[in-house]
Amino acid sequence: MRRLRTASERNKLTQNIGFTGLRLAALITVVPIVLVVVYIFWQGSPAISWEFISGFPREGMRAGGILPAIVGTFWLTLGTGIIAVPLGIGAAIYLAEYAPDTNWTRAIRIAIINLAGIPSVVYGLFGLGLFVLFLQFGTSIVAGSLTLAIMTLPVIISTTEEALRAVPNSFRVVSISLGGSKWQTIRRVVIPQALPGILTGVILGLERAAGETAPILFTVAAFFLPRLPTSIFDATMALPYHLFVISTQVPGMPVQIQYGTAVVLLTFVLSMNTVAAVIRSRARARRQW
Amino acid sequence: MRELNWREYITTRLIRACGYSAIIFVGLIFIFLLREGSPALVEIPLPSLFSSRWYPIEEYFGILPLISGSIVVTIGATLVSVPLGLSTAIFIAEIAPRWAKEILKPLVEVLAGLPSVMLGFLGILVVAPFIRTATNIPTGLTAFTGALILGMMAIPTIVSVAEDALDAVPRTYREAAHALGATEWQTIWRVTLPAARSGVLTAIMLGIGRAIGETMTVMMVTGNAPVLLTGLESLFRPVRTMTATIAAEMGEVATGSVHYHTLFLIGITLFLISLIVNMAAAGVVFRQRKRAERILS
Repeated sequence: MRRLRTASERNKLTQNIGFTGLRLAALITVVPIVLVVVYIFWQGSPAISWEFISGFPREGMRAGGILPAIVGTFWLTLGTGIIAVPLGIGAAIYLAEYAPDTNWTRAIRIAIINLAGIPSVVYGLFGLGLFVLFLQFGTSIVAGSLTLAIMTLPVIISTTEEALRAVPNSFRVVSISLGGSKWQTIRRVVIPQALPGILTGVILGLERAAGETAPILFTVAAFFLPRLPTSIFDATMALPYHLFVISTQVPGMPVQIQYGTAVVLLTFVLSMNTVAAVIRSRARARRQW
Repeated sequence: MRELNWREYITTRLIRACGYSAIIFVGLIFIFLLREGSPALVEIPLPSLFSSRWYPIEEYFGILPLISGSIVVTIGATLVSVPLGLSTAIFIAEIAPRWAKEILKPLVEVLAGLPSVMLGFLGILVVAPFIRTATNIPTGLTAFTGALILGMMAIPTIVSVAEDALDAVPRTYREAAHALGATEWQTIWRVTLPAARSGVLTAIMLGIGRAIGETMTVMMVTGNAPVLLTGLESLFRPVRTMTATIAAEMGEVATGSVHYHTLFLIGITLFLISLIVNMAAAGVVFRQRKRAERILS
């Protein structure tokens, strides 16, 4: 009896040590994230002014604002969305609602997994080879948006598919039994139910695209272009690339402008993140199934 | 009714086309990398391609230093991200109270969304000076710095995939273990984790894949010196990875030059590595799913 108790005590001790380790690891993972965000805002918010957000860079980017970079990132994100959202949702609908269980479907899934894993700089090379040179779009917003869109596709496809699959089958059965066609069922019943999940996925995908630098290095990004793009075939500055340029390529750059740019980029990304989180939690609260 | 059928037909076709587009894109990527990269195999004799000197201005195109740079940084990042990522995933999936989950999951998602260029920027301004003073070496821009930050960046991938895998383990497994008198810890260690083995493996592989492919952070914080690594001490020296080389040099090369083709060749190498890693990860998942289906049917 005595032995038994010590054995269970020992188990208890192992468990306590193990759990403490897990808690510690989670803490080590999370604390730097908070620190990064807080530190960037703390260092960079003094640089934020109306002039910084709405002005053009001056004195070799060492003064003035970053408007062209903000506008550039806005257009790139929009362009990426216009291309990737219909394509991604379409692909997800195919996989969740239509695709038979064949080797071709498996090939599609494998292709998506691979798209998700291809390094971002390789997307940049691909965009340079296909869109910039072969299709002769030049370094332009179209070329960059197309490149970013293909990179974003797997995120949108997988989250959308998950959202569609979460809709209970009885919804579909009822719709079809009422005489709805397959597509009517998807459009009027399944998609509306899955919409919050789809939106969340789309926003998270576009958030990644907005923050990416490597794919746009050779497809859109202009080192210094103190005017706004006037057509989709223009090159443009972009926030992430601008941050890269001013933190490595320009000597004597005031730190405050660097942190200021980081704050704007971070705000861009975090606000998308927040919108996605709000949509998700609201949907979860309202869900009837 | 006829019109309805017609529209149904078109939409179905369109949707199927969207589905197959993924295969087309992978194919296109491979074709265009090959188109621009394969000439390098003809232009540069193989022995000099696999030599240890990368100095394109004088026509030295040895890619070994770049490969070794990628390997060292990736191993370092794996050592950081796998223990932290898996522990966090286990914590979230198995023992965290609800409120902790509600905080942890969004934060990990924030980390996934942090632009790599921003972490590189902080790496230059904060982490590198700290490491330089802490270890008393001439520069803080080293393989170690890169591995550290990269490890952080691979964590979200590992956490989300591993957590899904742990969640998918049926509750009955845990209940059975508890009923047999196992403690919470024993259940996690001997039942849940082994049951989620394939998913956990996938998580690790995808995390590694993420680390190999990361570009901007690595380019900014590893110091960019294409030297062949020799021993452990080279962890604290500047290195240059394959990804960083492409990103740093592609902007300055003439289209169609040997250097240009070589950079695409490195791109092909990276593409193939990610293909292998992801196929392996996918293989594990598919095999597991099949087995599960067999057991359940």
